[in-house]
Amino acid sequence: MGVFDPIIELSRGLGETLRSFLTEKTVTYQYPEEKRPVRPRFRGRHVLKRYDNGLEKCIGCSLCAAACPADAIFVEASENTNEKRFSPGERYASTYEINMLRCIYCGFCEDACPTEAIVLGDNYELSFTSREQAIYGKDMLLEPVASESMLTPRKVDAGVFTRSVPEMKDSTD
Amino acid sequence: MSKQVTLTINGKQVIAPEGLSVADAAKMAGIDIPVFCHHPKLEPVGMCRMCLVEIGRPVRDRATGQFVMENGQPKVQFMPKLETACTNKVEDGMVVLTESARATDGQRGTVEFLLTSHPLDCPVCDKGGECPLQNLTMAHGPGKSRFNYDEKQHLAKMVPLGELIYLDRERCIQCARCIRFQDEVAGEAVLGFDERGRHTQIISVSEPGFDSVFSGNTTDICPVGALTTVDFRFGARPWELKAESSICTQCPVGCNTTLNTRREAKADGEVVVKRVMPRQNEEVNEIWLCDKGRFAYHYTEGKERLTRPMVRKEEKLVRASWDNAIKAAAEKLTANKKDFVALASGRLSTEDLFNLKSLADTVGGEAILYSDMGGGELTQVVGVGAGTNLGKMGKGDAILVVASDLYEEAPIWWLRIKQAADRGAALIVANPRQTKLDRFAKYKIHYAYGDEIKTIHDFQKKSRIADEFAKAKNAVIFYGSEGLGVNGTSALASACADLLKETGHIGGANNGLIGVWQRANDQGAFEVGFRPVADLEKALKGKAVYIVGADPAGDDPNYARALKSAKFVAVQDIRETATTEIADVVFPAQAFTERDGTFVSGERRVQRFYAAVPPKGDSKPDYAITCMLAKQMGVILQGTSAAVVFEILAHSVEAFNELTHETLAQVREQWPIVGRSDLYYGGATYENTRGMGVQLVPLAQAGGSVKIQKVRKEAALRPKEKELLAVPSNKLYDRGVTVQTAEFLDGRIGGLYVSLNPATAKKFGVEAGQVVKISFDGAGGEAVVKIDETIATGVALIPRGMGIAIHEPAIAKLGGKVKS
Repeated sequence: MGVFDPIIELSRGLGETLRSFLTEKTVTYQYPEEKRPVRPRFRGRHVLKRYDNGLEKCIGCSLCAAACPADAIFVEASENTNEKRFSPGERYASTYEINMLRCIYCGFCEDACPTEAIVLGDNYELSFTSREQAIYGKDMLLEPVASESMLTPRKVDAGVFTRSVPEMKDSTD
Repeated sequence: MSKQVTLTINGKQVIAPEGLSVADAAKMAGIDIPVFCHHPKLEPVGMCRMCLVEIGRPVRDRATGQFVMENGQPKVQFMPKLETACTNKVEDGMVVLTESARATDGQRGTVEFLLTSHPLDCPVCDKGGECPLQNLTMAHGPGKSRFNYDEKQHLAKMVPLGELIYLDRERCIQCARCIRFQDEVAGEAVLGFDERGRHTQIISVSEPGFDSVFSGNTTDICPVGALTTVDFRFGARPWELKAESSICTQCPVGCNTTLNTRREAKADGEVVVKRVMPRQNEEVNEIWLCDKGRFAYHYTEGKERLTRPMVRKEEKLVRASWDNAIKAAAEKLTANKKDFVALASGRLSTEDLFNLKSLADTVGGEAILYSDMGGGELTQVVGVGAGTNLGKMGKGDAILVVASDLYEEAPIWWLRIKQAADRGAALIVANPRQTKLDRFAKYKIHYAYGDEIKTIHDFQKKSRIADEFAKAKNAVIFYGSEGLGVNGTSALASACADLLKETGHIGGANNGLIGVWQRANDQGAFEVGFRPVADLEKALKGKAVYIVGADPAGDDPNYARALKSAKFVAVQDIRETATTEIADVVFPAQAFTERDGTFVSGERRVQRFYAAVPPKGDSKPDYAITCMLAKQMGVILQGTSAAVVFEILAHSVEAFNELTHETLAQVREQWPIVGRSDLYYGGATYENTRGMGVQLVPLAQAGGSVKIQKVRKEAALRPKEKELLAVPSNKLYDRGVTVQTAEFLDGRIGGLYVSLNPATAKKFGVEAGQVVKISFDGAGGEAVVKIDETIATGVALIPRGMGIAIHEPAIAKLGGKVKS
């Protein structure tokens, strides 16, 4: 082994570093200024979805609460009227609470939901300073609406939104 | 015992009584045949076709009538097609296959058909989770339907059949259980089928809609979520509910109930009762419950509940600590020991009443039962014997109902008497006016108000009715307080007891006297020594009164006046009432849902109820409050738990014969099998796991000598030309504290009315719907005139508990200026 060999090896290594510094993109994200996009199946904070017309998809059936292995969800249902309609059909969730301290983000609630109302979203930045704050109510979970006219509850014509669960279609195969 | 037959079901040898359906026999043997329309309490109709099974019968030789043998076994011939297990009765040698390929194929096909138009809205359906259709689809249904979804029927989702029951047309599978229940069990055919084929639908054929006090039961036995109650609609999912056993507090029948509870955000995070369900007790309420018992439980909740003790300071009630309130009351009550009066109602448990009576006895005071009805000391002697079960009465037995409209006073007794009459019991209804029970009566006696005693005495003369009653194998008399006060009912009870003694109908099961009391535990109050008084106003005036579980001031302005002039008034109740407003000291008590205890039913069955929800605020059980107060007054009572108080009670009151809470909690096997996982079979009724109660042995049965004191009744009142005879009657839904808090019952409660015969109305120049003033004995008020031709002329019928205080018959004047 020659005298210069270590120097050569060292410069080759440094050269690789220099090459990657000059040619490769950085993988570091400047969180929180910069955020890494989440994967398609990421399971973050829950969102209660709405239909395009603004009505809530949640019908207060409590199946998410039944499926929840951590007992993190509490639902209470009430009856819709055409004067005060929250969701299609007769039933809506008058109380919807998720205890984010209990939630283990398993996504069983999503699976159980018959109307695809509850979806585990992208948000993973949850912070609270007390146990009470960790209980997210319907006001925090509901998806925002584009315009005020789409807010719930709202007055609708009779006989339009009569079904809670979307119509089933004949199978095509 | 009926003849037993032997058959084979799925290779298992089963012995069943003759006349039983194959489905029931299988159930008894632990083999489940799926059913929808079949219900063990209803006549089989075979409408839903769910119970299709293969049935084979042994072949008989035509000439000899003997079984044809094949290889040493009787030859069995199967029918070419499947048969329904519910409509076929068991036969000797029958072979039934419920799980063969053909049978399961038939069952699967039936489910597939039933689902062709059933909506898939289990997520929003109140039955979801306790639904027979859901369960049987999982067990027997096909995974996929071959029918077009496009051809599904879309029908109305919310059709009110009445103001209490809503129908979802889409969910209905036309099993007719509700129609048949109303028709066969309740005897009120207010529901029916309309249209035909695919358009068949349930409708109410009565005005107002679903006009029956048993309507809630149809939601229990509905095998789908088609019928829902207005009270529980979307209230909770069944799997979220906790269940605790209780006893209904609305009438003396003592129906066994189950309270379903849940913690609720709407109630600020408190645990609340979500619904009241029947609990099986074949000796009391079978698997039924009346609507009052089912819906009128809301009085245990709300802002008016008392949660803190209060003491009057400078004309105002202010919050106080328990110690201070007890001290304040004890001081005054001790100072007025001579005038001590304990006034309590049958809303209290037996333990509460016992402690209260002990306190009154020790200080030398009086213990008064808040009731318009007397005679309880006689039911202790000649009451129905232990082992009484109205469900076992039938042919050869007689039931006499006198001065009581049972439909309005004790609906489940009405239901069971009606069924006894269906089975052949001779039902004799003696009442001054027509009642709903008349329809099922073999003999109807309509006497004039005031002639109650004479009517009973006539039974001792010779007549067809009297003869049948005297010769009956078993006979029970129900007596009530229609048109009678304390004196009248006491005299009537004595006449009835005398008649039962004369005819030898005392001292045995299904024999004796039953009082149709105004409250659930009036019988228990009599047992521990409480007695009603005829003139309560006089009894309260100038006394130191300790009122527990009663609202005399709210019921009668005369009582309010008497209480205002009392030396001291301590009130112990669960809600703010007109009486608590007058009180000097108020103690908050726990409602029956929050504590345990016992009630004694009209049939003298001691039954336990249990705590289902946590107590409100600082409230305590009544027996404990009385114990604290007694201690301060220098009287030592027990108050640590209801069981301890009951133990002392059982040792000191002879009839209780050393009963304990444990013996009351015993259960026996019952048929039909309900609850458990068998929701599909008997409906959503709960199984009885926490006690069927124990019936007290009346003195006559215990072998004591029976002496009946003759009570002389005052001469009947005879109104003069310009006067009317005002008489009280009892109404199921009244304005009492225990009912009116359920707002959805408003329509059923209705307004205050006075019923008159058309001739009487004409004579006094009043019309239906007109507001009139009626006055009697320094009481009275304004009421709407109701015309009723079944009432005698010259009589004004006034319902109790609706606003005009009427305790006994009185001469009344109609007219005077009406405030508009």
